[in-house]
Amino acid sequence: MAENGHKEHPKYMNIFWWLLALTIIEVAVAIPDYAVVLKAILLIGLACSKAALVAIYFMHLKFERKTLTIIVLTPFIICVFLVIMLMPDLTLDARLDGIEKPAAEVVDTSSH
Amino acid sequence: MEHATTLDHTEDVYEPSLTPDSLGKLGMWIFLVGDTMSFGALLAAYAALRAGAGIVGWVPPSEILGINLTAFMTFLLICSSVTMVKALESIQNGNVSRMCTFLGLTILGGVIFLGLQAYEWYHLITHGLTLTGIPDHGLSGAAISGSTLFGPTFYAITGFHGMHVTGGVIYLIVILIHGLRGRYTAEFNHEVEIVGLYWHFVDLIWIMVFTFIYLL
Repeated sequence: MAENGHKEHPKYMNIFWWLLALTIIEVAVAIPDYAVVLKAILLIGLACSKAALVAIYFMHLKFERKTLTIIVLTPFIICVFLVIMLMPDLTLDARLDGIEKPAAEVVDTSSH
Repeated sequence: MEHATTLDHTEDVYEPSLTPDSLGKLGMWIFLVGDTMSFGALLAAYAALRAGAGIVGWVPPSEILGINLTAFMTFLLICSSVTMVKALESIQNGNVSRMCTFLGLTILGGVIFLGLQAYEWYHLITHGLTLTGIPDHGLSGAAISGSTLFGPTFYAITGFHGMHVTGGVIYLIVILIHGLRGRYTAEFNHEVEIVGLYWHFVDLIWIMVFTFIYLL
């Protein structure tokens, strides 16, 4: 892993300016009202690039073995699967609520 | 035949055994990978609950949460990440006092962040965002209604992150005390690098929380 003594340091201030610029762009992108899907894609893209900058340069992933990068990426991929697997469950519930309630009311009024 | 020759020359044969510093670093990375799953589970639950409530069933976060303050908090954590890498850079060049200064600045960033989060929570609670309810009126002044799960998901996720920042500040203070006592040198500084990994991770998670909870 780390070689002792003096290491090559990336230009940390450059990374800082990038992170700052991306944060400002993110806030600017978030405030106006427009298509939710487009906004979500833009914001998630910006957030992931910021997270990648922090991991690659500040956490020195760039200077470690490639295997570590693979290990670190694993939970992020699992999380994406987690969201996808949870989605149908809850959105299905919402759809069923919408369908069943009016039907039940109709039955109630006709029986009384 | 070809297989046999390639097997003889796999990287692993030449891999050095784990040294105390690389072992500690690997341990921290494994903890962070597990911690990513904790935050991932919380954010996934939030996404699923919000999707389940539908667009009209969930109050737009911009109606309840102020973005300006949290944008500043994001900026603060990014700054404290920079002072953290500067601290590591300093000690790798053998400059102990410079490292202590930068560690102190990192701790200061974390403490201000926590203070602002406490202020934000106090403000939100008095405004009506609690574990069981949401405010009657949004920041724009319009009446709002929606799922009361807004509060619990918000407080669980930002609270879990705040606990990580608190832990990080304590961890950094311990390392700073070690540093002030002269434990670290240009040759021996992996503990500073490991606390840095934790601190950058907390910053990374906040970048995600800021986007998913406040902006989306």
